[in-house]
Amino acid sequence: MTNIPETGRTPRVQIRLIVIQILVLSLLGTLGGRLWYLQIRNGDEYAKEASGNHVQQVVSPAVRGSILDARGVPIADNETRLVVSASRTDLLKMKDDGDAVLAKLADVLGLKAADVRDKVRLCDAKTPQPCWNGSPYQPIPITDEATPKQALQIRERAEDFPGITAEPQAVRRYAAPGKANTAQVLGYLSPVTDEEITKAENTDSPYLRSDQVGRSGLERQYDKQLRGKAGVTRYEVDNLGRVIGQAESDEAQPGANVVTSIDSRVQRVAEYELNEAMKAARDVFDKNTGEKYKADSGAVVVMENKTGRVVSMASNPSYDPNAWVGGISGKDYTRLTGKESNYPLLNRAIQGQSAPGSVFKVISTAAAIKAGYSFNGPYQCGASYSIGGQVFKNFESKGYGPISLGRALEVSCDTVFYGLSHEQWKKDGGIKPKKNAKDWFYRTAHQFGLGKETGIDLPNEVTGRVPDRKWKSDYWKANKDAWCKYGKKGGSYAQQIAYENCLEGNRMRAGDSVNYSIGQGDTLVTPIQMATIYGAIANGGTLYDPTVGKAIVSADGKNVQEIKPKSHGKLPMTKKTRDEIDGALEGVATRGSAAWRFTGWPQDEIPMHAKTGTAEVYGKQTTSWFTTYTEDYTVVMTISQGGTGSGASAPAVRKIYNALYGVSEDGKIDKKKALLPTPQKSLPKIQKDGSIDAPKNELYPPKAEEKAVEEGQQQVAYEGPAATVANTGSSTNRDARRRSARPRKRRRSLV
Amino acid sequence: MTGGNGFSVSGYGPERASWTRVFARDSLARRLDWPILFAAIALSLIGAALVYSATRNRTELNQGDPYYFLFRHLLNTGIGFALMIGTVWLGHRTLRTAVPVLYGLSLLLVLLVLTPLGATINGAHAWIVIGGGFSLQPSEFVKITIILGMAMLLAARVDAGDKPHPDHRTVVQALGLAVVPILIVLLMPDLGSVMVMVIIVLGVLLASGASNRWIFGLIGAGAVGAIAVWQLKILDDYQIARFAAFANPALDPAGVGYNTNQARIAIGSGGLFGTGLGKGSQTTGQFVPEQQTDFVFTVAGEELGFVGAGLILVLLGVVLWRACRIARETTELYGTIVAAGIIAWFAFQAFENVGMTLGIMPVAGLPLPFVSYGGSSMFAVWVAVGLLQSIRVQRPMSA
Repeated sequence: MTNIPETGRTPRVQIRLIVIQILVLSLLGTLGGRLWYLQIRNGDEYAKEASGNHVQQVVSPAVRGSILDARGVPIADNETRLVVSASRTDLLKMKDDGDAVLAKLADVLGLKAADVRDKVRLCDAKTPQPCWNGSPYQPIPITDEATPKQALQIRERAEDFPGITAEPQAVRRYAAPGKANTAQVLGYLSPVTDEEITKAENTDSPYLRSDQVGRSGLERQYDKQLRGKAGVTRYEVDNLGRVIGQAESDEAQPGANVVTSIDSRVQRVAEYELNEAMKAARDVFDKNTGEKYKADSGAVVVMENKTGRVVSMASNPSYDPNAWVGGISGKDYTRLTGKESNYPLLNRAIQGQSAPGSVFKVISTAAAIKAGYSFNGPYQCGASYSIGGQVFKNFESKGYGPISLGRALEVSCDTVFYGLSHEQWKKDGGIKPKKNAKDWFYRTAHQFGLGKETGIDLPNEVTGRVPDRKWKSDYWKANKDAWCKYGKKGGSYAQQIAYENCLEGNRMRAGDSVNYSIGQGDTLVTPIQMATIYGAIANGGTLYDPTVGKAIVSADGKNVQEIKPKSHGKLPMTKKTRDEIDGALEGVATRGSAAWRFTGWPQDEIPMHAKTGTAEVYGKQTTSWFTTYTEDYTVVMTISQGGTGSGASAPAVRKIYNALYGVSEDGKIDKKKALLPTPQKSLPKIQKDGSIDAPKNELYPPKAEEKAVEEGQQQVAYEGPAATVANTGSSTNRDARRRSARPRKRRRSLV
Repeated sequence: MTGGNGFSVSGYGPERASWTRVFARDSLARRLDWPILFAAIALSLIGAALVYSATRNRTELNQGDPYYFLFRHLLNTGIGFALMIGTVWLGHRTLRTAVPVLYGLSLLLVLLVLTPLGATINGAHAWIVIGGGFSLQPSEFVKITIILGMAMLLAARVDAGDKPHPDHRTVVQALGLAVVPILIVLLMPDLGSVMVMVIIVLGVLLASGASNRWIFGLIGAGAVGAIAVWQLKILDDYQIARFAAFANPALDPAGVGYNTNQARIAIGSGGLFGTGLGKGSQTTGQFVPEQQTDFVFTVAGEELGFVGAGLILVLLGVVLWRACRIARETTELYGTIVAAGIIAWFAFQAFENVGMTLGIMPVAGLPLPFVSYGGSSMFAVWVAVGLLQSIRVQRPMSA
């Protein structure tokens, strides 16, 4: 009580002082509460933000692994080039969005200013190539072929070229050793997109903004292994980016090398001979259409029978995958993807599908045996086969009278298979199938692996098609509206077909089963499927998943991870049937439809088996198919609108065998000339420093001496990776550079 | 124990008084408010550590000497301590007679800022550069003279026993006394200081017992004034931008919102115990601007954590709590008003300063009392502590 003052203190002041006191305390309480909220409740969040704040990452990209052929010859590797890049972020800071700088740059590089501007614009739905498809924060390469003089000009006058850099960089090179370009198998790279970065953010292999990503072929299939892991160095920095803290770093792990089963020498032969065969076909007159064969595309596969490994795979038309390196130009892009291009990016060995024609007959043969027919028959091989009023001709053959199935394969008699298939169709209930129709011919095709992917280690393989009852009904459901609208009784041929399809396209008609038995009609197969099937016949019945990749070898050669052959099934036939079919296919090469192409072949030393096929395609010229195998190899070639199997494809296939086994035209075997008389078993040796002891490829076909001399000189001029700098890098001598820039080791083997 | 017997109490009283008189009641040391003193010293020393941590790497500021700011902060604290002793020695009542002189002097100083002698630091034209690395911020001293001047006017007739409360005429005079320097400071413009002064005026009027009409009128006028300032675009763009960023720091994280955002990250990342003095990445990396002065609290938040930053708040609470007691305990209105003015000053300035680093107040250039680096502010707050001590020491003892 005594503490309460007696004077100068009114209740009003006293109350107000208490109000002040309460106010002051509540203010402090507010601060305390807020402090708790920030530090304790949300502390973790802010701690994370703080660490993101002061840590800067410097990323050093990993060197992409090489793709090697079976003997270690690089078919895709890296070279150092002077790359001139522009930073979009820097350019956009300028008043004119960097137009002046780009114009100056174009002047120095000898390019058109408009082209340079196009290269730095971002791709979107409305922007045609060239445009930048990668991250907008990543320097955009203008050219990867700058000369040292140009690079110096840019670097010495840095103030004139803000946002522009000129630096040596490792860029992809598709070396095409011995001119084997292997384009579609290798695939290509293009810059990573923002979506891909976001998508891969939390996976075990996130992308960097500077990453190039494989878009097709092996580059895509083995992208993860080839890419390696970028090195990241973390620096603690202050607000101005000055380094204040210790650096902690993860070193870059260079990408692994992918060793393939491709033999670049055989690949060259295959590519060259496919092209030659197509050129030759274009000189042949097609009686059916009254014009020369177009031979618009083709493919060839060389495969090891006992492993499914692909020794070579060529697709025509082809292109130079180096066009993608350093950003594709608008012209190139149109050339590769435009309507007029004929789509050279397609790998027709796995993405081209067409009716197989008579090469399908091995499947029909197996189906007939499954259905209970004997191999020996005999079966009537007439000149034609009639159902109702409809006549089905014996296209590739003539009437041979009663023959065995083997003989029917040899001479490719259609009518034998017509009869068997028709009979089965009737047995299954004909147009109104029984409940458990056996459908031997279709079931067997599925068992051969048709109508689905072979599982080759290349992306975007297509499945082909087995036109069984289910497919027919599905297809009809999808198309009947269009057919019924277009179809007209008694109209044009196409209209009449549509009309019939509209009426009963969902049903398997007699004609369908007849056509199907010889690989015609709606049947579609890919060359790789045929190679898998014939390889299986050759190896005793195992259907292997074809593989191109043979092993993943770490950059220092220490870690070798072999890609083992994998099978996806057995052929649906007994050993006896296999042997019988094998015998018949040998007969094709010795006395059947392909015999005239194998005259003089050393059949005793290297037993050849073959089957020819000539597939009709509505509105087009016939597709040439030729499937062959020896003990170790299967070679399948097809040429679209190329003529007959034996006519168009067989000579090229024989030349491939000639090269493999060292057989000369007159049938003599020169073991020294044989490129690959038995499949390559061992893996190439990769040294600790990453160098590869790879042999050199001889030219195919052997050319005049002057060419060799020229090449020799260029090789002498080559001194390490800097050779590109020494070249007066214009696009015209890109080829020459590619030929010259080979590892030294191979050069030594020349001397 | 006769219980409520008044006699026994009063009879006991002198006896007890003599007992205390013998031992300490009369001695200065016994009469000082030690909690305030200790809290103020502790805050100054914590401030020294924080200032050191924020500046030891900033070679562009500390001229290569990592202890430069630490030394000066301690020097400022020492000078402030001496000023406090001087103030206590003189006594607030003596100072009352000197108020006209002090008021005139402070007015002269703020006016000097408007002359070419004035300097602009961080957008506030509030400084007089003395030379030798020293500069003066007169608005800090104006805070004191406004308190003393208004208290003198408002308390004069009440303490004389003429009236229970100041009349309207006195209030008008007191307001007039405050408005002149406030307007000058507004012209600098040093908005933060103006805000503090307005709150001081409010606190002083409240404690003086002036009629409620004045209190609410002043609050209303403040609101109208704020709206007018906003509407008439008296504020500079940067000041408006600060407001916008306070409302939403994500608005412009690289620009105006940067300060608040970085400050919040610094404090938030401190967690319970902080990163340890000198180990805060936000502080070391200089992500928070003005970290030794206006944003010093972020150093505490990051490096000392909730415990350290909370301690600062507790110490400020001790100072304010004791000041409130002093205001209530003194019998003369003059002392009450002075103490209340100081409470309003410290409380608002601390709330604004810490509040802006925590993102609950707009950014304004105000130092955290005792903790922030800065001589003028340090001197002013220590003089204020001296005034509080003097009020307590000289409080009339109830007999």
